[in-house]
Amino acid sequence: MAAPGPAGGGGRSGAPAAEWGGFEDNMQGGGSAVIDMENMDDTSGSSFEDMGEMHQRMKEEEEEEAEGEAGAGEEEDGEFLGMKGLRGQLGRQVADQMWQVGKRQASKAFSLYANIDILRPYFDVEPVQVRARLLESMIPVKMINFPQKIAGELYGPLMLVFTLVAILLHGMKTSDTIIREGTLMGTAIGTCFGYWLGVSSFMYFLAYLCNAQITMVQMLSLLGYGLFGHCITLFVTYNIHFHSLFYIFWLVVGGLSTLRMVAVLVSRTVGHTQRLILCGTLAALHMLFLLYLHFAYHKVVEGILDTLEGPNMPPFQRVARDVPVVSNAVLNTTAKAIALTL
Amino acid sequence: MAAVEGSGAGAGAGGTLFPGLADVSISQDIPVEGEITVPVGSHSPDEDYSTLDEPVRDTIMRDLKAVGKKFVHVMYPRKSSALLRDWDLWGPLVLCVSLALMLQGGSADSKDDGGPQFAEVFVIIWFGAVVITLNSKLLGGTISFFQSLCVLGYCVLPLTVAMLVCRLVLLAGAGTISFIIRLIVVVAMFGWSTLASTAFLADSQPPNRKALVVYPIFLFYFVISWMILTFTPQ
Repeated sequence: MAAPGPAGGGGRSGAPAAEWGGFEDNMQGGGSAVIDMENMDDTSGSSFEDMGEMHQRMKEEEEEEAEGEAGAGEEEDGEFLGMKGLRGQLGRQVADQMWQVGKRQASKAFSLYANIDILRPYFDVEPVQVRARLLESMIPVKMINFPQKIAGELYGPLMLVFTLVAILLHGMKTSDTIIREGTLMGTAIGTCFGYWLGVSSFMYFLAYLCNAQITMVQMLSLLGYGLFGHCITLFVTYNIHFHSLFYIFWLVVGGLSTLRMVAVLVSRTVGHTQRLILCGTLAALHMLFLLYLHFAYHKVVEGILDTLEGPNMPPFQRVARDVPVVSNAVLNTTAKAIALTL
Repeated sequence: MAAVEGSGAGAGAGGTLFPGLADVSISQDIPVEGEITVPVGSHSPDEDYSTLDEPVRDTIMRDLKAVGKKFVHVMYPRKSSALLRDWDLWGPLVLCVSLALMLQGGSADSKDDGGPQFAEVFVIIWFGAVVITLNSKLLGGTISFFQSLCVLGYCVLPLTVAMLVCRLVLLAGAGTISFIIRLIVVVAMFGWSTLASTAFLADSQPPNRKALVVYPIFLFYFVISWMILTFTPQ
């Protein structure tokens, strides 16, 4: 079999590498050891029969081109070389090459963005470490003049967020919360993940403004472990319905975990104003979130609604903390009182 | 052979380059023919055609038998690799759809819209299974994505049985006794599910991290069993 002819055959501009690259692919079909001479892409054009065929081809192709058949450079190549079925061969090879290039690009992009190995180092923990960090998240540190170490780990925070979702579901169900637009599960997941990711990003942004030494993963980890206190509080108070018990837990457990987060942040920030801004924001958001979770999804104290609602009371809405009947009643009585005095 | 050698020795041609080949003669009336092509990989087209041409009943029965075998493996969890080796997602799909249908509570525009809808249960099961799989892979597991999905889906079978039992019990009445019965049944099935899936999945993890993988599975089945337990028909 002759060596591939010179690639500089006139007018061959389009992807010579593509053509020769696909050479081997095209040679043998399907594993048979016989070289099928008919389909061979030998473009030397040196044999006697090929010359005759070439002339014949050129004549035919001139006629076809006169009809205005548009084509890529492969047609000019086919015309020049004049092999039987060469145009089809070249077309197929070019298509094949384009498919392979496209596939290579797609798999590169996929392996770049959908590679879960990026997250692998953040999940490299042992159970003892997780337990130790859970307990540590309730203990405020004393030393705030020296930057405290924060482990950039995502397993513990993720599991804590899912646990919070499960506890929230339990609370919503026992309090007969009715969600109008949306589902119970969707609301729970949205609330918990929204808090974790949203407040972390916001605090990271503030930390960037206040020049604190903390990375995004560390912030996520810190806030995630801070949810441990929330989990404990909600787990207890969704089952034992005493408001005073809730307030005690809110102050003690919520306060401890907030104090720890605040202390760690303070140790990593310089300057009084910056420390105040960061810690004030974090403390406020964390404590208010616990308050919100309790009251929004908690069993309403029985008796209040019973006295106020008439037979035509609409079903209890999730966000209706201000019962319209109450505020209307208050408004009416106030208006009446003012009218009477005037 | 002996005849050729005999004639070769008899002819005694000397001084040729290839003495052994000098006297090889082929008689005219034996045609030389044969196959140069080496049939490589000619098995697979035949196999494809054979499963393509078989009657539909055979295909369905084969798939059903595979699914049934896996159900048996889940109900009596032993350390076998059949569930992992040839995974399929038919069983999980059937279980998930039946569980979601049974858990569907009320119509969408009723005032007491308290039950989870079909889409909710479906999404919880598949989303939860995907998260657990990703977690176990990130923790260094050797199991593949679809194998893990397969195992988690099949281990929902005890909870589906629990749902059936709960529904039947609720037909009888909705008092405290029925609640206690339902609680016992659901807790037992939840334990069974968790143990079954742990038996399959925990082996693929490094030994000191088993607890880290078991906890999300525990949470996942806990949420499903909680949905089953708190189900009240309209």
